[in-house]
Amino acid sequence: MNLDAALQTFLVESRELLENMESSLLQTEHQAADTETINAIFRAAHTIKGSAGLFGLDDIVKFTHVVESVLDKVRNNELQLDSDLASLFLESCDQISALVGNVEAGNDSIDPALADKGAAIIDRLNVYLGVAPVAAVVTPAAQQAANVAAQPQGAVAETDNWHISLRFGVDVLRNGMDPLAFMRYLQTMGTIVSVMTLSDTLPAFPEMDAESCYLGFEISFKSDADKATIEGVFEFVREDARIRILPPRSRIAEYVDFIRELPEEEQRLGEILIASGTLTQQELDEGLKAQADIANEVSLPLGSILVENGAVQPAVVEAAAEKQQQIKDAKAKVPRLIRIDADKLDTLINLIGELVIAGAGINVLAQRSASPELIESSENIGKFIEEVRDSALSLRMVQIGETFTKFQRVVRDVSKELKKDITLIVSGAETELDKTVVEKIGDPLMHLVRNSMDHGIEPADVRQQRGKPLQGTIKLNAYHESGSIVIEVSDDGGGLNKDRILAKGIEKGIVSPGQVMTDQEIFKLIFAAGFSTAEQVTNISGRGVGMDVVRQNIEALRGSIGIDSEQGVGTTMSIRLPLTLAIIDGFLVQVGKSAFVIPLDLVVECIELNESDRSNEESRNYINLRGEVLPYVRLRDLFELDVDSDADDEAARENIVVVQYANTRVGIVVDRLLGEFQTVIKPLGKIFSHIRGIGGSTILGSGEVALIIDVAGLIEQVQAREPQPVQMISD
Amino acid sequence: MASSKKKGAVEKLIVEGELTIYTAAEMKEKIGTLLSNESIEIDLSQVGEIDTAGLQLLLLAQRECAKQEKTIVFSSPSEAVLACWNMCNLQETFGVTA
Repeated sequence: MNLDAALQTFLVESRELLENMESSLLQTEHQAADTETINAIFRAAHTIKGSAGLFGLDDIVKFTHVVESVLDKVRNNELQLDSDLASLFLESCDQISALVGNVEAGNDSIDPALADKGAAIIDRLNVYLGVAPVAAVVTPAAQQAANVAAQPQGAVAETDNWHISLRFGVDVLRNGMDPLAFMRYLQTMGTIVSVMTLSDTLPAFPEMDAESCYLGFEISFKSDADKATIEGVFEFVREDARIRILPPRSRIAEYVDFIRELPEEEQRLGEILIASGTLTQQELDEGLKAQADIANEVSLPLGSILVENGAVQPAVVEAAAEKQQQIKDAKAKVPRLIRIDADKLDTLINLIGELVIAGAGINVLAQRSASPELIESSENIGKFIEEVRDSALSLRMVQIGETFTKFQRVVRDVSKELKKDITLIVSGAETELDKTVVEKIGDPLMHLVRNSMDHGIEPADVRQQRGKPLQGTIKLNAYHESGSIVIEVSDDGGGLNKDRILAKGIEKGIVSPGQVMTDQEIFKLIFAAGFSTAEQVTNISGRGVGMDVVRQNIEALRGSIGIDSEQGVGTTMSIRLPLTLAIIDGFLVQVGKSAFVIPLDLVVECIELNESDRSNEESRNYINLRGEVLPYVRLRDLFELDVDSDADDEAARENIVVVQYANTRVGIVVDRLLGEFQTVIKPLGKIFSHIRGIGGSTILGSGEVALIIDVAGLIEQVQAREPQPVQMISD
Repeated sequence: MASSKKKGAVEKLIVEGELTIYTAAEMKEKIGTLLSNESIEIDLSQVGEIDTAGLQLLLLAQRECAKQEKTIVFSSPSEAVLACWNMCNLQETFGVTA
């Protein structure tokens, strides 16, 4: 094991622990902190301090030590974990995180700003400890000097001391651990009253290996820490060393047992214990005698004796067992995950895209050859290609939960800043979507959440007047719906003020006065560039640059955003995104000689456009679909395609493909339905970007190009054309 | 990192920089060659860092000299070395009066 690798492990572990600590702390804000949560927070801080101590990261140890001390008081019910203290701990978390980041960046020293910040937090923490703030920042060296000076050497015999016996394994040094570092760390938890350094196992000069460890220590230690904490110091060498820790005022028989356990001669150890002030000569003599008396009767293993005598607290055993289980779990998980360069995955998906196109080509040739065997094998290949495609795409799918979790902290901090009491409820965290999408959705989501908190949720007094609960609620929800993922940000705030938005829109010249608009259209105005209705600009939102950027970001992902709002009740913003960005299942249709692909997930049904509806076409562009109004659009008219002159009778029959997007259904009138088609999405060139209703292109098996219908864009166009609002389908 | 020079009958080894696991093997060799002399001085004034590996080498050197009835002096220990001896209660062993 080399040191760098160990340090890397420390960094990764610290990050995880800090995350746990943060989420536990946030948890305590929502519900009363139970012992388990507080213990988890304490353990996280403690482990970070312990590991940092091993690497000699004094800054982290020093800072975390204070945090741990305060946490200890909380754990012992001496302090109440209120929201102020929790905030302070969260800030401490950030500080530790910054310090860890500093180590990660390879900096030897911390920059003054960071140190000042740390000192400020320590001052505030010290208030809880009842320590007067330290005016000057104590340098680690000075601290160490002070420790050394304060440590009485030799003869002072104090009764209430722990006795710690350490014998390190030969490989400890090679494993990157330094016994002296443990001693230094031990000093941070109490006072080393006396030490005996044992070099008895040091071999003769020629046999001695400079990289093996031969030293042992007998330590008399004065501290208020409990046994688990002291044992925690040596956690990293537990397997590599013989460690015995005897609590203060242990029975003499235990010391005797302990002496027997150790490799050195009894007499020498007895002397050591006497010299270190742990035992008196008289106590030792009596103990040895008593031990000899019972030795003939039963010989119990030391472990059981320790438990029996209460030397090992049951909590210690439990903690150890739990820790071991955690390590085991972590080990079981690690080998099942492989880290892969995202580029490699992209290459794979591109290749599979080409495979899909090539497969479609073979399929066309097979159909043309009319050889049943060839058709069958080509279909087989097609089936496998589809499976390979699906599993390759699923490699890129990640759960949105992690993105959502980040918002707990955001909501907490922003609500403090705004002095509003707001809680965040997350649901659908296990919903999966493409990794690229997850990465890009973070910023727009952040903006929406902040916006809801700032403008949506009313101040407490207003909420009270309106008879709402004083605590505002923001909800984040995600779910799959017909080939899209929907992410909703909703609040129970004041809702959008239609009149004000409309007035503002007129003022900005975005809409003309007297224009008839649906609610949806009015709400969408807030996504126009330079539009902000906030009466005052806060540092959270209100500069009017945000919402149009949000819209652009979402549209860049081939998604859309919708708003549902009721004045006084709340607002819901729904972001709708395609599940994947590369390959989709398409539905191939034909108009004249041109082929189009409609995303299959959006297709609800296909029906024939019958004669009576066609005859009515002059007056209207909708049909009666089982009692519902279904507006439709002809692709031929929309894209101004030539009428196929040599069309036979069959082609003259038209079909309607009913598609649904975001609760709106429309019909697309086409000539022929060609069926399902695996579609590799190829982006259109920039010059086509202004064309509405087309989302991309794909290559057919015959080598021809088909355009992919952008259903969202199409629906917008249909709606714009319809004078009356489109029938909404309630779900 | 370490240099030795003759100074009368006393062989003097000046240890510079770190006296740790990274330099321990090399240092042990140097001390080994030093042991052929009757009187040895190890100058620790330039030691910036010392760990367990370094410490046990010093203990080894001292025990070896005692065994062979040679004199060994650890001269002008640096801050780091002193702190280490202090912590391990080895000042007397190395002939430092507190």
